[in-house]
Amino acid sequence: MPSEKNMERPLTKNIDPDRGPLDLKGYVAAGGYEGARKALTSHQPGDVTELVKNSGLKGRGGAGFSTGMKWSFVPMGEDAPHPKYLVCNADEMEPGTFKDRLLLEGDPHSLIEGMIVAAYAIQADVAYIFLRWGYTHAAGLLRRAISEAEEAGYLGKNIFSSGYNLEMYLHISAGRYICGEETALLSSLEGKRANPRAKPPFPQVSGLFGKPTIVQNVETLCNVHHILNHGVDWYKNLSLTEEGGTKLYGVSGKVKNPGCWELPMGTPVREILEGHAGGMRDGLQFRGLLPGGASTDFLVEEHLDLAMDYATIGKAGSRMGTGTMIVMDDQTCPVGMALNLQQFFAQESCGWCTPCRDGLPHVVKILSAIENGEGRMEDLDKLSAMCKYMGPGNTFCALAPGAAEPLQSALKYFREDFENHIQGKKCPWRN
Amino acid sequence: MATIEIDGKEYEVEAGKNLLHVALSLGLNLPYFCWHPALGSVGACRQCAVKQYKDKDDQHGRLVMACMTPVSDGMRITVEDPESKTFRATVIESLMTNHPHDCPICDEGGECHLQDMTVMSGHNYRDYRFKKRTFNNQYLGPHINHEMNRCITCYRCVRFYRDYAGGRDLDEYASKNHVYFGRFEDGVLESEFSGNLVEVCPTGVFTDKELKKHYTRKWDLQTAPSICVHCGVGCNIIPGERYGQLRRILNRYNSEVNGYFLCDRGRFGYEFVNSSERIREPKLSSDVASKSDAISQIVGWLKDGKGAIGIGSPRASLESNFALRELVGKDRFFNGLGVKENRLASLALKILREGPARSASLNDAEKADAVLVLGEDVTQTAPMLALKLRQSVRNVPMESLSQANIPQWHDGAVREFAQDSKGPFFIASVKATRLDDIATETYRLAPSDIARLGFAVAHHIDESAPAPSGLDQETEEAAKRIAEVLKNAKKPLVVSGTGSGESAVLEAAANVSRALCSSGVQAGISLNFPECNSLGVSMLEEKGLEEALEYVNANHPATVIVLEIDLYRRGALEEIDRLFEEVSQISCIDHLENRTTANASAILPCGTFAESDGTMVNSEGRVQAFYQVFVPPDPIQESWRWIRDLLLETGNAKAKSWNDLDDVLESLASEIPDLAPALDAVVSADFRIAGQKIPRQPHRYSGRTAMRANIDIHEPKPPQDPDSPLAFSMEGFHGKPPSGLASRFWAPGWNSVQSLNKFQEEVGGPMRGGDPGKRLLEPIPGEASPGQYYSSIPAAFSPEEGHLLIAHVHHIFGSDELSVHSPGIDELRPRPYVAIHPEDAKQCGLDEESEIDVPAGENSVTLKVTFENSLPRGVAGIPMGLPEFPEAVAMSGSFKVQQGVKQ
Repeated sequence: MPSEKNMERPLTKNIDPDRGPLDLKGYVAAGGYEGARKALTSHQPGDVTELVKNSGLKGRGGAGFSTGMKWSFVPMGEDAPHPKYLVCNADEMEPGTFKDRLLLEGDPHSLIEGMIVAAYAIQADVAYIFLRWGYTHAAGLLRRAISEAEEAGYLGKNIFSSGYNLEMYLHISAGRYICGEETALLSSLEGKRANPRAKPPFPQVSGLFGKPTIVQNVETLCNVHHILNHGVDWYKNLSLTEEGGTKLYGVSGKVKNPGCWELPMGTPVREILEGHAGGMRDGLQFRGLLPGGASTDFLVEEHLDLAMDYATIGKAGSRMGTGTMIVMDDQTCPVGMALNLQQFFAQESCGWCTPCRDGLPHVVKILSAIENGEGRMEDLDKLSAMCKYMGPGNTFCALAPGAAEPLQSALKYFREDFENHIQGKKCPWRN
Repeated sequence: MATIEIDGKEYEVEAGKNLLHVALSLGLNLPYFCWHPALGSVGACRQCAVKQYKDKDDQHGRLVMACMTPVSDGMRITVEDPESKTFRATVIESLMTNHPHDCPICDEGGECHLQDMTVMSGHNYRDYRFKKRTFNNQYLGPHINHEMNRCITCYRCVRFYRDYAGGRDLDEYASKNHVYFGRFEDGVLESEFSGNLVEVCPTGVFTDKELKKHYTRKWDLQTAPSICVHCGVGCNIIPGERYGQLRRILNRYNSEVNGYFLCDRGRFGYEFVNSSERIREPKLSSDVASKSDAISQIVGWLKDGKGAIGIGSPRASLESNFALRELVGKDRFFNGLGVKENRLASLALKILREGPARSASLNDAEKADAVLVLGEDVTQTAPMLALKLRQSVRNVPMESLSQANIPQWHDGAVREFAQDSKGPFFIASVKATRLDDIATETYRLAPSDIARLGFAVAHHIDESAPAPSGLDQETEEAAKRIAEVLKNAKKPLVVSGTGSGESAVLEAAANVSRALCSSGVQAGISLNFPECNSLGVSMLEEKGLEEALEYVNANHPATVIVLEIDLYRRGALEEIDRLFEEVSQISCIDHLENRTTANASAILPCGTFAESDGTMVNSEGRVQAFYQVFVPPDPIQESWRWIRDLLLETGNAKAKSWNDLDDVLESLASEIPDLAPALDAVVSADFRIAGQKIPRQPHRYSGRTAMRANIDIHEPKPPQDPDSPLAFSMEGFHGKPPSGLASRFWAPGWNSVQSLNKFQEEVGGPMRGGDPGKRLLEPIPGEASPGQYYSSIPAAFSPEEGHLLIAHVHHIFGSDELSVHSPGIDELRPRPYVAIHPEDAKQCGLDEESEIDVPAGENSVTLKVTFENSLPRGVAGIPMGLPEFPEAVAMSGSFKVQQGVKQ
């Protein structure tokens, strides 16, 4: 087990907030583009996919699906449809999540290198970075990095004399939460309404412009070249648990030291919250946290010693999601927080499927009534029923099921707060 | 095949179809909104959720959307378990949070899919206590009413309008629970298929604005199966009547013809039936006469030694035309088609009769994988054919769906996979058409050049087909490309018609289809005829107006009996005037006043299609029956019945046996064997189920005693119908009748048009018992085909400075004689114009304010110039059939441009 002081931080090793990101020269001097060179010059595309599969790398966007497995579904060989696409999902819109921003602003070449490796593995012809509208600083840095990489021959024709060609483009999103959903992202990238698409067919088979496509989160891609460079065993050993690598963990809320840290996968929640984030601000008590963004179930005191990885948090009834937690203290109204979150999700619904489009506004209206002292006890049963109604499989995409997660867990862990609102006909935190 | 278990019962079904399609086809009741059999599955509404179990032992199962779930062998499903029922009820509850519950004042009420599905899903009591969302509505033109508050956001409207029909001006705006379906701004919907929104919308957002003017609930409409009379396609329709007024027209599904949709001309063109210009009394010399006086007067003329001639009509039934032929004798019967029109129609008929290519149904057209359109603007002359052709370009891209394992019904995935790729579609036309957006290549040519292109294509497919000489390089290359594509297609289709006014265009189309067939390709041919019974009347009689004129000049008959036709729309003014001058008496049988009836010495008022029964032959060569919807006030009666009365008065022996329409059709079948299959298209008048007739009124018909209560509290005896197995009553057999007799679509719990599911063998398939109608023309394949290549290839068009060649332009709204009587259609139709390429106009010193004189036979007409960029240089477009511009029919050839006198 690596000790914290001398642990390796492959994702953030080049990042120094005081100096800005490395340019191409600096990045290469720091060992950059070696992973990509290795992949393109000494591995077959299928081998790259196999390595990534064996590394245990799981998608860091929140779903935690095996990255190598995902790539293996892309049709390969002579008969495969072309062009194939790699899309980097840099539309970081999950409330409370700011980890990709750190990478985009801190080390853009690392993302590009990871994308070259991933694109090579699936033999993509074109790669897009789909960037959150508000990340204007990152946009400038990425533009510069892409043109540097093009000039140096890391992008374009015959990269590393391997015969492999890749074009890369930056696309700046118009700014909707739903664009972070990979198929809605593809619709948006095609210039259409950002409505999600049905799966199956998965983007690996029919994605961007109907062609095989892999959509991958920024952080995921930033891992890939390190796996190529240092090998599977090295990568697995970075982690404290079965799931390979390091993870960017973040904390927001009324803690002493909110922030984002690269730590071994599986670092316990308490260590992140109390160690790195410095615990609750003075005079405030911890009540609960959303472990990986707004669309994950609350965890409470009893869960603090759990390891932060996909499997463990999943077993506890929540999801690690993006790994960036939102902490709720005892001066914050859980009903108000739930209402705030549901308002966000209702607002961001694309309007395609009924449970999301019309269910979420219904939930918002009930929660508003409760928060304003007009709630009824039967509303709580209604809310529970609505959470089930908006559950996984019942909706067209994961937006509404994600919205249901904080609500259903709030109803479970903070039920008496809801009841107090209803019985007292007002919000106890408001005059 | 697959065996699946639904709620403990096993069914044999087709594997790979979606579960909703399968369940509905099995007759099960499963609610849905966003799915539509013609539009496929998208999984938006989540209404059709059912529970699927993993295997025999699985006790929990999981909810799946039936419309998105392919059926596989061994599948275990429950529709009835509490969890899926609760889910479906909650979906309704969600939809109802914003639906206004204004059913009593909503035009959809009583035939609303949302009402039906709400009842089916069992969401009875609301506990939503908050405000509802509201929207502003838009003005969408004369046909469609917009009430957005009722919207349940099923996306069907835009999926039909944009994805299916190619419209651009209706869209979805905004997001969350504020998705708005409308136009960017108020305005007339541009699509000629906008009327289908009324049927596609599951609730009252898009309703029939024409119906609103004389609104009646579905259950108070008297309806009968009928055929649209506004073009040659022969769409199956259900007109509805109350209080002697035709109130609306709905689609009547026929999987071989119109399927689920109608065009706006067909749906909204019925107001002529209610027109104040209707002829309602017999007249002698403009004076109202009694029935018997009129009959004896006409028979008096008939008995005059100089004899009579009869002029039939392409808008009258086979039976009426045949009866007239019987009255005047075969030699003195003429089919009513104008000189050029008749030549074109008989040529087209000859091509279909003798050619090796199959005359394509609309269903065939939809399935074509390569299309060449030669000179016929089907978007204006046969709109429903155009809608089907629009779907055909999806076939080639869909061939590769299996690569991605996407089923054809998965519409969202299919469209994302196929993106903008389209199958081959070539259009050679005089000007831009509304199918150009899907075309691989378009060619804008003068009619003779369209023909030359077609001849060249045929030659490149089969060298023995004659080649045009002196073809320019560009056209030659185009012909090669088209030939290559058609030759390599599995189901290529050649589309043409009489619309170009140029027989060489038809001959070229014939050559292409023949060349394909002789290269071993199963080619189809679709030749459009202009009117609802043009093909039928051509089969009945080949002599047209040209021969009628010759006959009249030679024999000076005492009277001409004109059946349901305005001859001034068929020939030059002076020709028709001369014809009328040569005969002493003109007798007209018609339902509307027109220029011809204005000349008549005797007029007999006949019923419109809605007041008559009969058969007609569409452009495909399919004979179809239409049934009387309501009984017109006395003395209006069916044309054939007037003629029978005349025949009886003359003492004709045959007519004595004509007790009902079946007897007329039987006489026709025995005398004209080509048309004998018409007998199979009709259900005979003595057909009964359990001894009962089929009622035209639904069992909930409510005005039974109150309608006439102010006149008489006693109910009048319902009119008898000797001509069909239908009854003018709510009493009779209320089960499912034979497919051709479906007067309305209704089933318990299914009050909307969606109840059609219950009338089909399989959802989206043929009607139970087979689609009605009977094909008359089948191809003669291979060597046996008696015809040969046409070889008189016209010379290339070369524009002459200061001269313009007249080309016919057709308008969906305006070119049809009857539909322009509907105010909405009249509002949308163009006024007379001459369209010129702006460069030609410049050369002749004309601008868009100019007026020029265009010769029409011996006269000329001053027309306003409009610019049309898509016209070839040297060609002038003239709109055909506009009511105030009958002279267009006599305009042809080239003319010298002369400025008209400015008014």
